[in-house]
Amino acid sequence: MSDPIVHVRDVVHDFGRVRALDGVSLDVEPGVVYGLLGPNGAGKTTLIRVLATLLRPTSGSAHVAGVDVLADPTAARARIGLAGQFAAVDAYLTGRENVEMVGRLYGLRGSQARERAGEVLEAIGLADDADRRVSTYSGGMRRRLDLAASLVGRPQVMFLDEPTTGIDPRSRMEVWELVVDLVERGTTVLLTTQYLEEADRLADRIAVIDHGRIVTEGTADELKERVASAVLEVRTAPDDLERARTLLAGIVGEEPSTDPSGSALRMPARDGTGTLVAAVRALDGAGIAPEDVTLQRPSLDDVFLAVTGDVPTEVSA
Amino acid sequence: MSAPTTDHAHTVSVLRTRTTPATAVRDALVIGRRNLLRNVRLPQLLVFATVQPVMFLVLFAYVFGGAIEGTLPPAAAGEYLNWLVPGLMIQVAAFGAGQTALGLAEDLQNGVIDRFRSLPMARSAVLAGRTGADLVRNAFVIGLMVVVGSALGFRYQTTLLRFLAAFALALLFAHSLSWVMAAVGLRVRTPEAVQSAAFIPVFPLVFASSVFLPTATMPDWLRVFADNQPLTVVTNAMRGLMLGPGALPPGQDLVTEVARSLAWVAVITAIAATGAIRAYRRIAA
Repeated sequence: MSDPIVHVRDVVHDFGRVRALDGVSLDVEPGVVYGLLGPNGAGKTTLIRVLATLLRPTSGSAHVAGVDVLADPTAARARIGLAGQFAAVDAYLTGRENVEMVGRLYGLRGSQARERAGEVLEAIGLADDADRRVSTYSGGMRRRLDLAASLVGRPQVMFLDEPTTGIDPRSRMEVWELVVDLVERGTTVLLTTQYLEEADRLADRIAVIDHGRIVTEGTADELKERVASAVLEVRTAPDDLERARTLLAGIVGEEPSTDPSGSALRMPARDGTGTLVAAVRALDGAGIAPEDVTLQRPSLDDVFLAVTGDVPTEVSA
Repeated sequence: MSAPTTDHAHTVSVLRTRTTPATAVRDALVIGRRNLLRNVRLPQLLVFATVQPVMFLVLFAYVFGGAIEGTLPPAAAGEYLNWLVPGLMIQVAAFGAGQTALGLAEDLQNGVIDRFRSLPMARSAVLAGRTGADLVRNAFVIGLMVVVGSALGFRYQTTLLRFLAAFALALLFAHSLSWVMAAVGLRVRTPEAVQSAAFIPVFPLVFASSVFLPTATMPDWLRVFADNQPLTVVTNAMRGLMLGPGALPPGQDLVTEVARSLAWVAVITAIAATGAIRAYRRIAA
């Protein structure tokens, strides 16, 4: 592994008596999307705030792009971009004015700031709307403008705190495309998300964070492998569900979980198709006709369940 | 824009990684300009900032003027407006100061301060840009009082130099109040709470003072407070400068009152700025 561009060791942060971060260590390789996945209150935002120099942790160390964040925050700030949970843009300024202002605060002189703002707005797909006031922008456009503003300084590392929370599905796709685009240009992205789908889709590596601790870390595939090589999903008529659960528990050796829709059972299939065949035979023998039986790669939901004992609560958008 | 999109990363950075006094001034100007644009572009703010004080001016001049004129010192030249305008210059500063708290609380809530704090800019620029922009806004609104007052008949009775000194004193006092409200806004943190925390205490301070009326007829307990609180001290000094020493309460002289005003301004600014800077730093805790 090449030298990590984000290097966090034993970071602890207490808000009064509440321990928000409980000894977090992680390394992020340059040029990847790294996902911090966890439910509300897990400590994701606190960790981002430490790395973006907004918060001094109670103890521990953090380096970003080779700079000690705690010892030299100004140098770190010149190398990072931050897009928080809100679009921190001014509604009464135009898109271009917002981006130019951030450019000046990165230290660019007038003409450089103007030129750079033009480039970034072009890259982010807002060039045509750049001279309209942000008050006329949609929520998705504001998020993109916020991202544009954090790109002005050509950050080596971008921190995106729940970049798609609260925006419509189309805007979410646009933000995802931007993230992919960013990484292709060589920026390392550290993003937090409550959405398993988002982490699965975007992140090269994922750390699952819960109660201020990283409970597991790896590529999406590695995390899934850790649960079981495959997951068996059995859908039955609602009346048969509980009988099937008892029956299948005897076969796979653990209580099947219920999928989010409430009409299917999920369980590890350690013998792959062997488990599937055994399950179908048992159901048939008990007179239960399954509506659907599938053997799947485990989802991140399964991973989350396995490592935290709970399915993450997704906040509705 | 025809410029090709360049690599976001890899490019050798032209960005600063250190702040100096010169970059601090530039950053404060950038933030200050942004804050001023908000006043200019949101019409409701401009209306609130101008219509309300003008309304006070007209109402007080014509509703109270007739009843009060006979009781005023000869230095007012028989015109309540001459007495009222210096007071209203302080009144608009006091009522307008809450805007400093409101602006900072909104920036905190919207994540704008987080954005600023994640940039390699001078830490002082957020507060300097805010209080600096509010100084410009105050100069505009206080100036508007003078202009509208003059149109209705206000005339200073001394020299232009003394009038300008009074104007400068009003601005310095307004600036000190901005720092008080900066400290309030950074502690209260939500715009809704700022509405009560910043605006309500201003009412008794403005009315229990010499801003609208001489304090002589107030009950003793209130008069002791009114005569010694900063709004009265500064208002009296301004009247002394604009209307002549005869406008001061009996037994006071102009030099002492101006000195007392400047002392209040210095003390308020020093304490409030320290408090605001500490509150701003504490956001990082």
